[in-house]
Amino acid sequence: MRTTTTQRLTAAAGACLLALVAGCGTSSDDETTTDADGAAAFTPPDVPLQKSLGEPEGRVSILAWPGYAEDGSTDKSVDWVTPFEEQSGCQADVKYFGTSDEAVKLMGTGEYDVVSASGDASLRLIASGDAAPVNTDLLENYGDIESFLKDRAWNSVEDQMYGVPHGWGANLLMYNTDVVKPAPTSWSAVFDDASVYAGKVTAYDSPIYIADAALYLMKHRPELGIEDPYALDEDQLAAAVDLLKKQNEHVSEYWSDYLKEVQAFSTGDSVIGTTWEVIAQVAQGEDVPVEAVLPEEGSTGWSDTWMIGADAANPNCGYAWMDYITSPKAQAAVAEYFGEAPANTRACELTSDAKFCDAYHATDADYADQIHYWTTPIEQCLDGRSDVRCTDYGDWTQAWTEVKG
Amino acid sequence: MGLLLAPPMLWLGVAYLGALAALFVTSLWGQNSFTGQIERVWTLDNFRDLFSIEVYRTITFRTLGIAALVTVVDAVLAFPIALYMAKVASPRLRRLLVIAVLMPLWASYLVKAYAWRGMLSEGGLIAWLAAPFGLDSPGYGLAATTLVLAYLWLPYMILPIYAGLERLPDSLFEASADLGGRAATTLRRVVLPMVFPAVVAGSVFTFSLSMGDYIAVRIVGGTGQLLGNVVYDNAGAANNLPFAAAVATVPVVVMLAYLAAVRRTGALENL
Repeated sequence: MRTTTTQRLTAAAGACLLALVAGCGTSSDDETTTDADGAAAFTPPDVPLQKSLGEPEGRVSILAWPGYAEDGSTDKSVDWVTPFEEQSGCQADVKYFGTSDEAVKLMGTGEYDVVSASGDASLRLIASGDAAPVNTDLLENYGDIESFLKDRAWNSVEDQMYGVPHGWGANLLMYNTDVVKPAPTSWSAVFDDASVYAGKVTAYDSPIYIADAALYLMKHRPELGIEDPYALDEDQLAAAVDLLKKQNEHVSEYWSDYLKEVQAFSTGDSVIGTTWEVIAQVAQGEDVPVEAVLPEEGSTGWSDTWMIGADAANPNCGYAWMDYITSPKAQAAVAEYFGEAPANTRACELTSDAKFCDAYHATDADYADQIHYWTTPIEQCLDGRSDVRCTDYGDWTQAWTEVKG
Repeated sequence: MGLLLAPPMLWLGVAYLGALAALFVTSLWGQNSFTGQIERVWTLDNFRDLFSIEVYRTITFRTLGIAALVTVVDAVLAFPIALYMAKVASPRLRRLLVIAVLMPLWASYLVKAYAWRGMLSEGGLIAWLAAPFGLDSPGYGLAATTLVLAYLWLPYMILPIYAGLERLPDSLFEASADLGGRAATTLRRVVLPMVFPAVVAGSVFTFSLSMGDYIAVRIVGGTGQLLGNVVYDNAGAANNLPFAAAVATVPVVVMLAYLAAVRRTGALENL
């Protein structure tokens, strides 16, 4: 008796299993029409544009870079989420992410209403149909955004904006002022001369960090012919990987969690490496002797866009957040805390340091064009070469695993 | 009886074996390298990459090496502790020791791993303790990872060995002594062979837990990466679920082989 029952059950379980496998194998609800042709070539999936604003839903879930949606929990005096909640009636749930890949992955779940996407995430979100086009007429503050940030390759497709520009800035070189002397002025401190601080160098744990090495090679090894650190053919990628592998011997650890980097600098396990201004701010706030500088080679950087999810459960609160976070007051607060140029330059009148916007070149379109903003590398070379195939993000991910070994 | 068995059997069939099947099926799909979306086209590319690209072999062997090392370290540490608990300590002390062994399991994994991160850091507790001997903290890296994993999984080794030794009749020790066996001989020729299945049972835990770990190595592993990190980076960061699934089948296959080998020792009766 017992055996037969078990047999029957096993058979039933097996049938379930088969159904499951068949279900997985045949489901083709995936209707994206995108191909891997990237920026110029892809047609975004048809996601409707919101026509008007309705009643706020009472809550909004925000996916943001660390430091973009502070509610006073990191530092009591740093809080622009609470005023938003009071003003809009939308309770904000904030989740921070550490890399653009993580942001793309999390937006894919459809659980978040808005996201602060960098250029290496925004196009992927548009192409995958996870981000909706944004009706800029519904946003009061959109008119004040710097015009050189609008309708750019990383935030729009065919003149349709897919978000609101938030701010931009450069990745910096942070060092421990007690240990690193003289002060570094070049990225060579973490590449060719990394051995000086062997075992104490840190780097950003994401395939996009390959662009930092490519930028260094672009300035120091002109014979490689790198024009754009995001457009690398196979030989150029191999050169960048070689450089990173040599760096790897001197790296203490890679960081993607910004608090882990703060901790590594405060214990002295890391003394030099790439960083964001906000990390330097937090570390200095904890009395860690660090400085962050923009090296002579220039830098990679970010130009971020607030985007709204295609399946956003709270679109009205999402629009309310996008409008609020690009208002002069909120922009001034975020920009000063995070250390980036605000997209809404009316914020410049409200910063506590009157010269803040000058220091970050907020209104200087020429300067903004010199930063190599994070962009998703694709097969079609972004520098305009058509005689070679460039390496895409999949290749970079693979290469990054090999760098770490 | 059948009614009682049905829910757990369904659970086992659908949630557990179903998940494994889904994992395997996913590993046979492709991915759009730009948007990161899964393309449901059958392909063996993921497995081809896994076997043909050298770095994954290196990572696999490194992971196996660390898992084996952790298991050996734990077995060596656990045996004397378990022997003392089972055969020497008074019943009262024995209870206290069992609680002491179980106690670390009550604390969060992350708390323990971060505590080790603090201790292993530059100028941390370990560096301070080692300084008088002219040594230094191993720093973050594979040595630190092995140390932390060995610490984390030690209770899983002690308990099966303790259970195995407790079942060993005291009369065997006396018989060995009567026949002229000294303590070392008794241990080597009587205790070890009889307790071997228990050690193997413990090793199933320490080995499989180490094989799948990716958190400890992220916290104390420096630049090192294990199979778990490759899965995590591909699933969590690069969003390449099919490849992550292909990598995740490696520990499954290794564990199946290991369990098949273990079954021959009869150690599974001891679990």
